[in-house]
Amino acid sequence: MRDQSMLLSLTAVSVSVASTRLLADIDLVVQSGERVVILGANGAGKSTLLKVCNGLIAPSKGDLIAPPVRQQALIFQRPALLRRTVIENVKFVLAARGVLEPLRTSQAQQAIDACGLGAMASRPAFALSGGEQQRLALARVWACRPSLLLADEPTANLAPAAMRDVENLLLAVEALGTTLVLTTHNIAQAKRLARRIVFLDGGKVVEDRPAAEFFASPNSAAARTYLAGESL
Amino acid sequence: MLYDAGLAALDLLVQGDATLRDIALLSLRVSASATLFAALIGLPLGAWVALSTTRLRTSFAVLLNTSMGLPPVVVGLGVYLLLSRSGPLGALGWLFTPTGMIFAQTLLITPIVAALARQTIEDAHVGLAEWFTSLGLTRWQRVKALLFEARFSLAVALLAGFGRAIAEVGAVMMVGGNIAGHTRVMTTTIALETSKGDLPLALALGVLLVALVLLVNGVAQILKAWMERRHA
Repeated sequence: MRDQSMLLSLTAVSVSVASTRLLADIDLVVQSGERVVILGANGAGKSTLLKVCNGLIAPSKGDLIAPPVRQQALIFQRPALLRRTVIENVKFVLAARGVLEPLRTSQAQQAIDACGLGAMASRPAFALSGGEQQRLALARVWACRPSLLLADEPTANLAPAAMRDVENLLLAVEALGTTLVLTTHNIAQAKRLARRIVFLDGGKVVEDRPAAEFFASPNSAAARTYLAGESL
Repeated sequence: MLYDAGLAALDLLVQGDATLRDIALLSLRVSASATLFAALIGLPLGAWVALSTTRLRTSFAVLLNTSMGLPPVVVGLGVYLLLSRSGPLGALGWLFTPTGMIFAQTLLITPIVAALARQTIEDAHVGLAEWFTSLGLTRWQRVKALLFEARFSLAVALLAGFGRAIAEVGAVMMVGGNIAGHTRVMTTTIALETSKGDLPLALALGVLLVALVLLVNGVAQILKAWMERRHA
């Protein structure tokens, strides 16, 4: 019988493109309310794994159980924005979810206010800074309140202050009842945010443990090397 | 001789000659209507081909690109045969009418609008495709979003179509018949008056034609720049 609190389940999932195996026999279960950080070096398969969870990439092998797409949100390292104003970007997502006016405008306004973009509602989205653009991506998530948020390196290339803003917003979205799964190669960030670490290396899950245990005593040589690399 | 013709042309333009005005207005009406119909058909068609996942997608694209180079006289001949009394659409009574000319010009410029729209929308889709999929958008929702997203570039496609239509002579000559006061437009008048040796009217219409195209493009450029500043 399926566990009621289980949100996401991958069983022996593999992804291959041509003769290259991107993910190999991934077993992963995420419960509702968990905060999971998928950690690994560039090319370890973090983004591919998130895309599999979101249904963007079909597994070559294995089983996936995930919430319907409309109950998920995926944000990218570089936010996908529309050539519209800030508030119109949020309203677009609400319209796609079937939210009608005037509720659409009020929900969009609430979301951008919550994400600190209220004063920029009528600004073109492309005129925002990198950090503000990521906050806009999170405002869209905020407005939709999905059960699962998949965040693919959402703070890569951001200045430290903007990174903290985005991290705080991720936690604020989580507080609304959204389960958070994010990828990063930033160890300090993983230490700040993770309750559970899934460490990927070469497309395989090498470790899957509570964050405190993982950082205190990594079991695998790959994880030890990776963590040691950070202190160099 | 050219100097005298130029002075006479200037005189006609300054006086606001009624014949000249009627011919110019009919040209604008026919070409603007054809551009409107080409937009209604060509934009969704281009978007559909751009987002098509069938194996025939490349073939459709090649067909559209090839259709851009359709010789106007061939289109004119085809439409003439369609609209002639014994043709399949003869009952409509459109031959030698402005409606028939609009029909011919629509056929002529729809491939231009569709082909340019296809490329524009394909380019716009590249950066948004994954996000749209993650939102669970339907094909129709994508088409609508991308047509709006690429609106500034699509305006250029429509201007290209309008430019081709208003400068075209072969198809409107064959389908319209160049009947004075009824189907005589700027290009057909220029051709006729030049062959008759009435250079002042031909020259005045030539100047007016270039000025009109310049005016339409100028206004469109100003509008585009204003919209881009406001939204993008």
